[in-house]
Amino acid sequence: MAEQHKSEFANPVINWIDTRLPIFTMMQKEYGTFPTPKNFNYFWNFGALAMVTLVIMIATGIFLAMNYQPNTELAFGSIQHIMRDVNYGWLIRYIHQNGASMFFIVTYIHIFRGLYYGSYKKPRELLWMIGVVILLIMMATAFMGYVLPWGQMSYWGATVITNLFSAFPIVGHPIVTWLWGGFSVDNPTLNRFFSLHYLLPFVLIGVVFLHVAALHIVGSNNPLGIDVKSPQDTLPFHPYYTVKDSVGVCVFLGIFAAVVFFAPNMLGDPNNFIPANPLQTPADIVPEWYFLPYYAILRSVPDKLLGVCMLFGSILILFVLPWLDTSPVRSARFRPIYRQIIWVWLLAVVVLGICGAHKPEGIWVLLSRVCTLYYFLHFLVILPLLGKLERPLPLPESISRPVIGGGGPMPSGAAAKPMEKA
Amino acid sequence: MMRALRCLLLGAFAAGLAAAPAMAQEEAPAPPPQHWTFDGLFGTYDLASAQRGFQVYSEVCSVCHSLQYLHYRDLAGIGLTEGQIKSVAAAVTVPKGLDDDGNVKEGPGTPADQFKNPYPLYDPILNVVRTNEKASRAAHNGALPPDLTLMVNAREGHGDYVYAILNGYVAPPADFKLQDGMNYNKYFPGHQITMPQPLHDQQVTYADGTPGTVEQMSHDVVTFLAWAGNPELAERKQMGIRWVLFFVIMTGLTYAVKRTVWADVDH
Repeated sequence: MAEQHKSEFANPVINWIDTRLPIFTMMQKEYGTFPTPKNFNYFWNFGALAMVTLVIMIATGIFLAMNYQPNTELAFGSIQHIMRDVNYGWLIRYIHQNGASMFFIVTYIHIFRGLYYGSYKKPRELLWMIGVVILLIMMATAFMGYVLPWGQMSYWGATVITNLFSAFPIVGHPIVTWLWGGFSVDNPTLNRFFSLHYLLPFVLIGVVFLHVAALHIVGSNNPLGIDVKSPQDTLPFHPYYTVKDSVGVCVFLGIFAAVVFFAPNMLGDPNNFIPANPLQTPADIVPEWYFLPYYAILRSVPDKLLGVCMLFGSILILFVLPWLDTSPVRSARFRPIYRQIIWVWLLAVVVLGICGAHKPEGIWVLLSRVCTLYYFLHFLVILPLLGKLERPLPLPESISRPVIGGGGPMPSGAAAKPMEKA
Repeated sequence: MMRALRCLLLGAFAAGLAAAPAMAQEEAPAPPPQHWTFDGLFGTYDLASAQRGFQVYSEVCSVCHSLQYLHYRDLAGIGLTEGQIKSVAAAVTVPKGLDDDGNVKEGPGTPADQFKNPYPLYDPILNVVRTNEKASRAAHNGALPPDLTLMVNAREGHGDYVYAILNGYVAPPADFKLQDGMNYNKYFPGHQITMPQPLHDQQVTYADGTPGTVEQMSHDVVTFLAWAGNPELAERKQMGIRWVLFFVIMTGLTYAVKRTVWADVDH
């Protein structure tokens, strides 16, 4: 017989459960005593913020689904029913609608944090790749969620995006018909999008679990990008990071609340207040703001198939980023050139976002082409070469050392102060 | 270089924000901004204006335009009493299900009924009235007067735009070719609108003595329609102040706790 797990919890009920199913021991290990680098800055809040947002989205989404009708004749009206007749329906819906935007803001900052501090590098490649899977699932979920209100932009956005697949030769059109469940975006499409929109967040929870599990195997990266050398470099997750994350959560929820209560339609499109009409195409079909950079990449290429490939490629390229970046140094702090070009990359993405919001005419075409070119050059050419050419600054010996010296790398003779906390 | 880049980044954001409104109004001039009591952090609806606007809707707009998602009971939101709502509703005849012979029954409206639709298409199974699009188009030279419940939300420029349209009927430029049955409007995209000028001075006689100028009536009806589109606005903002304050205080408290917890850590 296998040896029984010995629980150390004093409470007899918890002890009884924990002996048979050590979930309390697990929580204690992963979120209580879990050794975490002591030098996190507030950028390390954003993983927790994303988790909080996911929970908020699922909670509000469940209540919305109780009152929503996934039928082309009824969907638009059922949203108005939620907004007007359901108790606090407007609040639940505005939280859910703006929560999608907040989710992407938080996740994009989380990803940029990873890019800046080299969190994708060995041994965290798989952790990073799971993160890219999370991004893809998020995007699919957000896209299908936007279709559900069945406004003009819902309908035409769905039409444009699903039609992307028709660019592929031979299999393209059958794929589109299969996605639609018919020969146009219609009731079967809305039905399946609702079903999948409800399913995917729970898939997301599973993948997030893997993301956290992988994180807890390899441990967190930190602003210095160097490995944890001794217990002096770390703090137990609780209370140090539970409280630090709580500060971030309060700030985040404050901003979230300001948007929901004072400008709930700021990020929406007026066209989505018009019921879907397959016979009338809006003047501009624009996706939600979080898809604009990809939309600009798609439209920057004159060839449809190539454009679609670049669109997908712009995200898929992140999967191989750990191998494209050849520099052994993680944190941009010690990479004088990377530290600058990562901002160029961000600038290119932001400009792409702005291009995506404009009609592809005049200067916007040129700008989006230049930025698309840079986006791919950055990953495919600059990063592989930079690792070989760039001379990184000397790395600090350990996480606890530069702290005492005041931020910079320490001269090699300086002695570390003994730590009270381990 | 990095500072320059950050400036560039901020500049790009700013340029994007500045350029965003520019793309919405390609053909027509931007609607001039009006003063609305419901704008701003603490703004709420001017209920007297909204009630006058309801009068304008009832006497003018409702001839062609529906308010699909409003029920008479909702009028409590612009300050009508229960008695007033009952008498407003009772003044119209609305479908009330099917009788034993399978014919649509009709009767006086109650607060629970939808606003009366000028071109009703009754669905007795769902007990919902929708717009009979074909009947409406047939009566309007092929055009469909849109539902007004969400009109203020559904246009770039919102209340300012609707106000501008109602006041935008001017003589067309000499070289402008107006199609048959169309009207010239300064602020309408393409300038050709099927709707003839709906409001004229003194068209509505207000009970409270407010002069019925076109500007006044447009202002009132836009206030009413803004309420129709966002009836939760006042409650939302009030609640928002409390929640944002709550999180500001919570941020202060958790930050204090954080400082205490981290006080003995060298970092």
